[in-house]
Amino acid sequence: MIKNKKVILVLFSLLALAVLALAPLIGMETISFNSILNPNLDNIKRDIFWRIRVPRVLIAFISGSALAISGMTFQSMFRNSLATPFTLGVSSGAAFGAALYVKVGILFSILGVAGQTVFAFLGALISIVIIYVLSKIKKGFSVGTMLLAGVAINFFFSSFILFIQFISDFTQSFSIMRWLMGGFEIVGYSDIYNILPFILVGSTIIIFLSTELNLLALGEDIAISRGVSLSKIKNILFFATSLMVSGVISVVGPIGFVGMMVPHISRLIIGADHRYLVFLNIIFGGAFLVLCDTLSRVLIAPVEIPVGVITALLGGPFFIWLLIKSSNNNQVI
Amino acid sequence: MNEILFDIKNLSFSFDKKKVLNSLSLNITKADFLSIIGPNGGGKTTLVKCLIRIYKPPIGTILLNNIPLEKISQKELAKQISYVPQISENNFPFTAKEFLMLARYPHLSRFTSISANDKKAVTEAFDITNTNHLSDRHMNTLSGGEKQMIFIAAALAQGGDVIILDEPATFLDPKHEHDIYKILRKIHLQKKKTIVSVTHNINSAILYSDKIAILKNGEIDFYGNSDQVTKDGILEKTYDKKFTFIKHPSCNKSIIVPEVIQ
Repeated sequence: MIKNKKVILVLFSLLALAVLALAPLIGMETISFNSILNPNLDNIKRDIFWRIRVPRVLIAFISGSALAISGMTFQSMFRNSLATPFTLGVSSGAAFGAALYVKVGILFSILGVAGQTVFAFLGALISIVIIYVLSKIKKGFSVGTMLLAGVAINFFFSSFILFIQFISDFTQSFSIMRWLMGGFEIVGYSDIYNILPFILVGSTIIIFLSTELNLLALGEDIAISRGVSLSKIKNILFFATSLMVSGVISVVGPIGFVGMMVPHISRLIIGADHRYLVFLNIIFGGAFLVLCDTLSRVLIAPVEIPVGVITALLGGPFFIWLLIKSSNNNQVI
Repeated sequence: MNEILFDIKNLSFSFDKKKVLNSLSLNITKADFLSIIGPNGGGKTTLVKCLIRIYKPPIGTILLNNIPLEKISQKELAKQISYVPQISENNFPFTAKEFLMLARYPHLSRFTSISANDKKAVTEAFDITNTNHLSDRHMNTLSGGEKQMIFIAAALAQGGDVIILDEPATFLDPKHEHDIYKILRKIHLQKKKTIVSVTHNINSAILYSDKIAILKNGEIDFYGNSDQVTKDGILEKTYDKKFTFIKHPSCNKSIIVPEVIQ
């Protein structure tokens, strides 16, 4: 095991760069470096590379980073690896908001932010408020109860989404369903510009609060006694997380389990010091989702498997493994 | 007359309509070693949690050096008061040294890194508690006694003049219990720190602290010098039980001996 945390970060950055460089070349159409660099060769391949593959890989990377640090933040706040925006129902809230937008179909934007993102954010906020109120009114709410509440919130919003699909016409219904599976097929550069501000603001906040996250991981009473203004810090963290999760989900759909697997594995690799952990999550989360997306393109090519299906196939067993591992103790972090 | 550190007036606090603190008033004097004893469920933990604003009681006032507690920022409060919670089986994913560094949080500002002052405070805390050999150990690998000592070291590293402890030695073996109290006495006498310790161990309270407060049914039943508590049937009334006292062979204080059961 490498002890030096900075070395770990550098190694993972190099790995991530390699993934970023290679992933756009792989797919239904294999592209060689040569055909991108040489302007006289094969225009179609270059177009595929620059217009389709590169934005796709970039958005997969920033989505993965955002989902990973959101997951990390929730895990640390609730001191449990099973508590993530996805399992606690924030993602399904955002999904509900975005699906509602597809159905209502009013094209609008606020200050340049796409309507779907705004709706997703509001949906995420509803879930967050429910979780927040639950954790407030019942002091000492166990994480187990919290997760059950998350299951309930998930069911609740899933049935809303089903209802929206039911009253939608065929094309709307299909586009909602396809989007719910999560994927990067139809994204372009504009989507990146759309969600990048959300993710930059959210992750900057979390990077600045990494010492507070370290203290929260010790338990709330200790954090308060060390001088953390608990409610204020938690509110800011909830806000930052909803920003990022809803930004990502509004564009690429509710991709699950990345925010559970990546932070948990990152903790095992680099330890619990959030000053390093947050950066490993950014690097590793991004690279992980790019890899999953690449898999989704090549596994049964020419058919593309939605990337959400892949992360869920990996994440389901992982969740159960965590549950078994933690069965004698409520804390998994 | 010593200066008053905490001036607690008419404090009431309820959990789910169950009154835990009932119009409680108490003064805690600067540089005292105060033990708070009393039956289970009497409100001891709740009271100390109010002192560091883990709980914010809706009724009553707490003044710290004559300033209302709610007027002091959490960070400012943490500079003055450290807290050692009840021993828990919680996971602490850090080494002892990292744990002590985190206790310097109230002194850090967001854009500066750890200063020489912070490092010095941490080294000193390890020295005073004789825990230098534990500094690189992971918290989760420490024994209960070692972990508790690191918590006290962290409270020292935090740098305040007041340390509040909740059951500092419960569940510890006699040696570790003795070590903990020895260190607390040392901190109290040499560093002139105010110690507020919640405990069930009446003998340690009598032997090691200057003052004792008895908390029962959310009210202060007794407050006075620690050797007074064995007189006038005070303990009998508090715990509704007969007590037998003997003089400690090496000091003048009366302590409790366990009853013989026939």
